[in-house]
Amino acid sequence: MFNRLADFIVFEVSGLQADTSVAQSLHFFVMDITKIFFMLILVIYLMGLFRSFVSAEKVRNYVQGRKEWVARSLAILLGAVTPFCSCSSVPLFIGFVEAGIPLGVTFSFLIASPMINEIAVVMLFGIVGWKITALYIFSGMVVAFVGGIIIQKFKPERWVEDYVWKIRMGEAQTLEQDNSLQARHRYALTEVKTIVGRIWKWVILGVGAGALFHGYFPQEWASNLGDANNFLAVPMAVIMGVPLYSNAVGVIPLAEAMLLKGVAIGTTLAFMMSIAAISVPELVILRKVIKWQALALFTSIVTLSIILVGWFLNSIL
Amino acid sequence: MIEVKVLGPGCKNCQTTHKLIADVTSENGIKITLEKVEDMAEIMSYGIMSTPGVIVDGKIAHAGGIPDKKTILSWFKSSCCPADDNCC
Repeated sequence: MFNRLADFIVFEVSGLQADTSVAQSLHFFVMDITKIFFMLILVIYLMGLFRSFVSAEKVRNYVQGRKEWVARSLAILLGAVTPFCSCSSVPLFIGFVEAGIPLGVTFSFLIASPMINEIAVVMLFGIVGWKITALYIFSGMVVAFVGGIIIQKFKPERWVEDYVWKIRMGEAQTLEQDNSLQARHRYALTEVKTIVGRIWKWVILGVGAGALFHGYFPQEWASNLGDANNFLAVPMAVIMGVPLYSNAVGVIPLAEAMLLKGVAIGTTLAFMMSIAAISVPELVILRKVIKWQALALFTSIVTLSIILVGWFLNSIL
Repeated sequence: MIEVKVLGPGCKNCQTTHKLIADVTSENGIKITLEKVEDMAEIMSYGIMSTPGVIVDGKIAHAGGIPDKKTILSWFKSSCCPADDNCC
């Protein structure tokens, strides 16, 4: 469907020859833009609808008091489907601590949530296909799972700021809420408007960059850069990615360019994960609840797990 | 006078919510006192984990995400003009 639309716009309306690189780039651009916006609107809407049923408060109640591996799996799954703005991580953290949920499980949630989010997944799916997308989601979950377990081994409780333990969550009465399907539909629509309104420029820019690579990328470059795939490529990509901070939308065209250049999938996904999982703004916000030792531990363990996953993917693919 | 509090550590969404409530209420002639709460202990005392949260007269009206205009109006249903057919 999107292919035919792009055919129509590029070849018939603008009358370009199919074999020129301008036409190829334009075709790729139109097809990707329409496909990605269509999917973004659909997915954000569905997630908004879903989120109107699942709140962070409910998540806490599901996770509380479960066996550890069950709690961890639940926390990661919920982290993957409930993106929160990074400033929400502090109240979330306190809420989890207060419910007696082990810190390792909370960290698993904190790792999974920014790394796996619907916008990144849609963009990846639209640009590089479902196989790499599935691999990305799966690796993200593995990093969150293993990372949380290792962090737990260091007994991070001692590095939680004292005041956090003292906070007691109250339970205020809830105002009568409109739980009709209509209200949920309105909520989901607002989500679509806010999120698409915020990211549309980046999507166009990102896909545009990807389209340029598509039409104009010289084949010789790819073979030259192919030999960058040595053992050190993964840690180098990750160490470069950690201090970089970008939203998922900005990273994906970059990842596409890397894949086109012949950088291995494990290296590329590790790079993407390192950008998404750890960011300076998030660390600054988390510093409000945990001491720097815990932040250093969090950063180094997530970095290490991502490197391991990158190596593993490179070795099996 | 209705007491409204916007709970949140001061992120973009919280500011947008704060402004939206101010706009919607003044457009509709609803008199409120609007306050921003950024203190974590106080935010948590309402049992809210997803910000921005909105407290109307001590009760949780909203948690997580930016509310839309219709939802905001629905919080003040009982205090709006009796002439409005949709109301009460």
